[in-house]
Amino acid sequence: MKALVWHGKEDIRCDTVTDPEIQDPRDAIIKVTSCAICGSDLHLFHNFIPGMLPGDIMGHETMGEVVEVGSGVDGKLKKGDRIVVPFTIICGECEQCKRGNFSVCETTNRKRHLADKVFGHATAGLFGYTHLTGGYPGGQAEYLRVPYADATHIKVPAGIPDEQLLFLSDIFPTGWQAAAQCDIEPTDTVAIWGCGPVGQMAIRSAILLGANQVIAIDCLPERLSMAEAGGATTINFETESVLERLQELTDGKGPEKCIDCVGMESHVMASLPDTLLDRAKQMVMAESDRPHVLREMIYVCRPGGIISVPGVYSGLSDMLPMGAFMNKGLTMRTGQTHVNRWTDDLLRRIEDGEIDPSFVITHTVPLEQGPEMYQVFRDKRDSCVKVVLKP
Amino acid sequence: MFHFSNIVRTKGDPKIVEGGPSLKQPVDQLARALGWFSIGLGVVELFAPRRVTETLGMEGHETLVRSFGIREIMAGIMTLSVEKNAGLWARVGGDGLDAAALLSGLTADNPKKGNIALALLMVGGIAMLDYRAAQDTKPRRPPRDARRKLYPNRSGFPKGIESVRSAARQIAHAGHNEVKQGDARRVP
Repeated sequence: MKALVWHGKEDIRCDTVTDPEIQDPRDAIIKVTSCAICGSDLHLFHNFIPGMLPGDIMGHETMGEVVEVGSGVDGKLKKGDRIVVPFTIICGECEQCKRGNFSVCETTNRKRHLADKVFGHATAGLFGYTHLTGGYPGGQAEYLRVPYADATHIKVPAGIPDEQLLFLSDIFPTGWQAAAQCDIEPTDTVAIWGCGPVGQMAIRSAILLGANQVIAIDCLPERLSMAEAGGATTINFETESVLERLQELTDGKGPEKCIDCVGMESHVMASLPDTLLDRAKQMVMAESDRPHVLREMIYVCRPGGIISVPGVYSGLSDMLPMGAFMNKGLTMRTGQTHVNRWTDDLLRRIEDGEIDPSFVITHTVPLEQGPEMYQVFRDKRDSCVKVVLKP
Repeated sequence: MFHFSNIVRTKGDPKIVEGGPSLKQPVDQLARALGWFSIGLGVVELFAPRRVTETLGMEGHETLVRSFGIREIMAGIMTLSVEKNAGLWARVGGDGLDAAALLSGLTADNPKKGNIALALLMVGGIAMLDYRAAQDTKPRRPPRDARRKLYPNRSGFPKGIESVRSAARQIAHAGHNEVKQGDARRVP
């Protein structure tokens, strides 16, 4: 089969690889009908997250049709079922899964000895996302083996196009969880840093959850225009002071809720010296993340407010203003997404026509063009916001 | 790195049968080679500056050579990173500094001026490679003033934003009524 394979920094190729096979009774194999490139795939493209091996298959936003099931799937899936595959692999049986904390499933990370050393405790296995999270082959391919398939799936009905459902795998529940864990009140202002695909979903989620005002921060006109279309007031950080504008828009009090949809690769600008220092330290491996957005959020957030971090951080961040964080009594909520905790509700909202997540797609191309699209997406060429690949 | 990390792929996972084309260009290989060369030269300049100054007949300039070594290492690291274009331009600038320093030692009374001439020739050749690589690895990001497509009609709400907002308000209102019935924690 064809698959997008990681060969090293900035080197992803469309290779022919052997087809996946059932390895465990709880496995299923799907024929991929649609998959997407995620912003966090770019961290792997840049080799900023450790634990990739040349030959690893990329991709964790995938859906398709079940073509084979293992004997232990217990009738929960059958050939021909249409499923979206959540990016977190879950067993559905461990203590964390029973609590709904699916992204920290205690069973599915098959390389937990590595993750235990790096993170203290292993988190769930993830598709196409380094050997720290299990080294599972990803879904930017023609076929995908879904481990623990009896639990790791979202069954979706026929009649709704792939484009509306695909993002249940990651970015829609990720944006939703980011907003949900802010405990949004009807009087709240929610400020969202980053108007990439997750940021766009977080904006819509905050609106759906009843925020009084949503403010979106980015520098790319196409992304800001999409944010505005979704109901946000926008700030272009290249032409305006984020701090001043947020103060203005909140009567000097700061937003109650702040969401970081940027993560470890924040924009580097000469006018923001901390970003230059972070970039220099990142190059010499003295710091793994560039946490400018975290610093800014802690500084501007209203005392007693909540900071929600769906953006990916990989390791160590320097110079976080913990004094401000502590004295202002802020709460920080983070985490990979507990996808299956939210998807029943989100699927219902799609079916009811409350939201159509396909608004974010700007490019749809065959899988073979994936390597070029990684570059286009990374360089923000052709006003690219979200790429869908068709195997 | 992969050889030391003890990470291995799990048996049974798909393996490459036939490799596809790489988007890496020859200039990427050149940039990589220049990056490692920069680090190597920098290490020599940093830790053996006397050897360098003796070869060039420029004794007494060891501190300058050491500082050039640090500069070479920094530029090399940058050239090997995703910011390779910035690293290569830093190297072009560094080549200029190297040439200026060498020219200052090209005096009639320097018995090693032949070595300086040779070094200048090498710096010139490498500067050409650096310049060429810097030109060919220009980021392909669109310039800030480039025309961009805008997406003002992509709300994502098929029934319109106002319908979503009013539904959210109704839910909040219902929630507020429940608060009035006695959830003391939520009463303002």
